Amino acid sequence: MSMHYFANPTHFTRLAGRIQQWAGGLAAGLLIAGLYLALVVAPADYQQGETVRIMFVHVPSAWMALFCYSFLAVASAVALIWKHPLADMAAKASAPIGAGFTFLALVTGSLWGKPMWGTWWVWDARLTSVLILFFLYLGYMALWQAIEDSQKAAKAAAVLALVGAVNVPIIKFSVDWWNTLHQPASVLRMDGPAIHPSMLWPLLVMALAFKAYFVTLLLARMRMELNLRRIRALRLADRTS
Amino acid sequence: MTRKRRRIYVIGGFMLIFATAAALVLTAFEENIVFFYSPTDLAQKLKQEPFPPNRRLRIGGLVEEGSIRRAPDGLTVEFRVTDTVEVISVRFRGITPDIFGEGQGVVAEGSMAADGVFVASEVLAKHDETYMPKEVAEALKKAGQWQGEKNEQRTE
Repeated sequence: MSMHYFANPTHFTRLAGRIQQWAGGLAAGLLIAGLYLALVVAPADYQQGETVRIMFVHVPSAWMALFCYSFLAVASAVALIWKHPLADMAAKASAPIGAGFTFLALVTGSLWGKPMWGTWWVWDARLTSVLILFFLYLGYMALWQAIEDSQKAAKAAAVLALVGAVNVPIIKFSVDWWNTLHQPASVLRMDGPAIHPSMLWPLLVMALAFKAYFVTLLLARMRMELNLRRIRALRLADRTS
Repeated sequence: MTRKRRRIYVIGGFMLIFATAAALVLTAFEENIVFFYSPTDLAQKLKQEPFPPNRRLRIGGLVEEGSIRRAPDGLTVEFRVTDTVEVISVRFRGITPDIFGEGQGVVAEGSMAADGVFVASEVLAKHDETYMPKEVAEALKKAGQWQGEKNEQRTE
């Protein structure tokens, strides 16, 4: 089965519909389990007390914010280089999802910052670079809307996505490269996780739930986009006949 | 060379150039990107050129053990910030965050007073990346395995 098998919309829609159902069920199950583990089972932190539970939503959101953008950038590169018809669609579909996760990370981070740090917001390297990520998502979506010709829009948006990709490693390593108020990474770090297993497991379940939710939304949005294009083509054919 | 291959090189080349440009800009602006100076940074800066009074800046480090003194008015607090090499005395009038305490990470914003004390107008608590239940923390302390806020001690 080559990459071009799924260039056929019918093949893609059929498979995507099936995967979407499974991913949706998985996301719901994992989210219920994850929230139960995070809010009920996981212990309070020795220092932060119950406030630490914000982490179980904040950290997976922040991971997804970066993951969605990486996905968006790779899909854009594939679209520019191989001109695969689904790549543009995947990139376009992932942007609002990523923007949503970024927004969630910013809001939960702010809610967490006030009781722990003593401030809702500071302009340190981590917080600022994530805010830039949020604006990159919005700019990407705006660019799609601003250009009438969808092929030109796809190309311009893909270039913007690739330029913005420079921000991804900056976000990840901002806490190591500069002095920041935000603490360094707890899970993905050189010496292994600095988080007790009783808290790590709920976090990982939540992260998987968010990932499954992303797949569900992505496939739903891509199918919607395909249907929209089909309707547009039918209307056009109607008018010309 | 096929057109696909050419596109790969063009896009890869542009990404490389752009990443280099971004790296150069960030390196050039490093002074402005750091959120706070460690006591060592500040001591070095003061050696190079004396600060104009009232220049706003942020310092960060650990609150030195046994250094917190609260004034009878209940609002003024004095403590020392250390990065285990240099120490700065800080005076602050206001409400400190809940997790503020000795041995904890802290970031203070303010300016140097004439008497060499850093007068803070805002004090933020900085916590590290370790998370664990209370019982585990206590067990570690009892076993003498406690490492505290180790990430704070890096001096750059």
